[in-house]
Amino acid sequence: MIKLEKRAQPSRTLALSTPLIAVVITMIAGGLLFAALGKNPFEAIGTIFWEPLFGEFAFYYRPQLLVKGGPLILIAIGLSLGFRAGIWNIGAEGQYIMGAICGAGAGLAFYPMESIFIFPIMILAGALGGWVWAMIPALLKVKFGTNEILVSLMLVYVAEQLLASVSLGLLKNPQGFGFPGSRNLQEYASAHNAELITGTGMHWGVLFAFIAVIMSYVLLNKHILGFNIRLTGEAPRAARFAGVNPTRLILFCLGTSGALAGLAGMFEASGPAGQISIDFGVGYGFTAIIVAFLGRLHPVGILLAGLLMALTYIGGEIAQSNMGLPAAAIQVFQGMLLFFLLALDLLTNFRIKFAVKGAA
Amino acid sequence: MDLSAINPVLLIASLMVAATPLLLAAVGELVVERAGVLNLGVEGMMIVGAIGGFAVSVESGSPYLGLVAAMAAGAGLSLLFAFLTQFALANQVASGLALTLFGLGLSALMGQGYVGIKPPALGNIHIPVLSDLPVIGPILFGHDPVLYIGIALVAAVWAVLKYSRIGLVLRAVGENHEAAHALGYNVIRVRVLAIMFGGACAGLGGAYISLIRVPQWTEGMTAGIGWIALALVVFASWKPWRVLLGAYLFGGINVLQLNLQAAGIAIPVEYLAMSPYIITILVLVIMSADKSRAPASLGRIFHASQ
Repeated sequence: MIKLEKRAQPSRTLALSTPLIAVVITMIAGGLLFAALGKNPFEAIGTIFWEPLFGEFAFYYRPQLLVKGGPLILIAIGLSLGFRAGIWNIGAEGQYIMGAICGAGAGLAFYPMESIFIFPIMILAGALGGWVWAMIPALLKVKFGTNEILVSLMLVYVAEQLLASVSLGLLKNPQGFGFPGSRNLQEYASAHNAELITGTGMHWGVLFAFIAVIMSYVLLNKHILGFNIRLTGEAPRAARFAGVNPTRLILFCLGTSGALAGLAGMFEASGPAGQISIDFGVGYGFTAIIVAFLGRLHPVGILLAGLLMALTYIGGEIAQSNMGLPAAAIQVFQGMLLFFLLALDLLTNFRIKFAVKGAA
Repeated sequence: MDLSAINPVLLIASLMVAATPLLLAAVGELVVERAGVLNLGVEGMMIVGAIGGFAVSVESGSPYLGLVAAMAAGAGLSLLFAFLTQFALANQVASGLALTLFGLGLSALMGQGYVGIKPPALGNIHIPVLSDLPVIGPILFGHDPVLYIGIALVAAVWAVLKYSRIGLVLRAVGENHEAAHALGYNVIRVRVLAIMFGGACAGLGGAYISLIRVPQWTEGMTAGIGWIALALVVFASWKPWRVLLGAYLFGGINVLQLNLQAAGIAIPVEYLAMSPYIITILVLVIMSADKSRAPASLGRIFHASQ
């Protein structure tokens, strides 16, 4: 008979090691999945986790780690603040798209003028776009008690339609021979989010992601607002007695996560993606949810989890072209990771006891 | 623009078809939530049901077998959620999200060989005389059997929740799980069964889209219907008949916007396509003023410590 006994305090060792255990179990389960698909599991796992870092073409793939990890980390840091306080923004994908539209739109409005002020304006516009999109569920929750999960998610679909609309209309490249999509921002020097250090994949978005990690660490550990966030998540009743203002917390958490997601979208549109197009959204906003949990909602954890998740993206692409592994297999792989992580959390909060039935 | 091209009889008939997947998923989720569990994985279970049902009916040639397989697929996937939330005591919001993310990936993987294939048709029922009546015939007596099953399910859920002992136990578990546990009811078992029921309903709803409404398989074809179903339960204040009303309302909006697109109204297609989502938000805002109807234990983790 298996019995669960609640730990007086969550185990710190296990809290730190469960993400690693979850990754290992996911590798095993993923290997079984790949084997079921008729691929050599060892080759597949090796291709995903080894090839991008140490393989023959690693010089090409390593920079991609930052390119793909940057937006994931930036979004996940924002989400983690809310998740800690029990405020569930799951519409980051929509905020990401809106940030990209606003940021790129602000830049294109100045085309073809060249000025050093254009890029900072785009950054502001991108953050603002995401912030506004996240303020919709925030204000509705504060004013009417509307469920922020459903509203923020519905707004993803609205944002996707807006994206299609501007790609075909407002932001369409007038010299694009009728193809949908905006002008290529990589060819517009003032608006281009270029690599800061050539060959590393380090662009402004990655820099912002690192800054966000540090800021969030300071906020959560050294600032009263961060303390209130943690208090609300861990002991909601105590937070109420302590006079934590839930309205301000909701506005802050949703607003910040929206602004960060918007920034990620803007940096993506002006850098790696280069343009606004119908297929701009690739699901970073949803994968970032996995990143946030995998990183234990802790800034440093999120940094590592974001890089790991970026690795699975890159490795997945290599496995796709080299081994014919379907793209969806990687999506399943990432989903499994979250499952195992959530299941293993049990060990952090509970002690498992094997008791003889009838005894005790 | 030619609005006269929109035939009101066909509009109502297709509204009922559009509403059915939503209705099935929402009535399943309603039972889950009345048992005190919030499963945000409806979208994931629906899409896995959609491809599961599609694949089985293409391989076997029998759409009925496909529908059964879809229910089994939805219920099977929901067991993952049940394990996480009821036995591993994981957060229900996170587990539901995980289910949706996993389900979307899994369905894309399963559906690779099925793009562009036409599934075997289910066919509409045909009752002599009644189905041939003008206006009433196509609206009331000319649909596929699953549509009627959906309506019957609403009636059954209503009756069971209101008049039966099982319904009473289920509501007790949802309202106050500690009290239900103290009375000797097995909270976990009731909840696992409710979650599986919700999964089967969502799976059937998904298969309805891929086998009857569209009928075809495309990646991500549920397009947020699972999430709208979740909103619908709130809209319905956790009452079965209101789910029916809400589903027909949403179905109507969706069919109307598609008809307006086809009629070439001056509003751009994208704005029409986003209207169901915006209306969902508006409805949520209006309905969220009244929170008193929500099951009291909704979303809370139950662990019998003694």
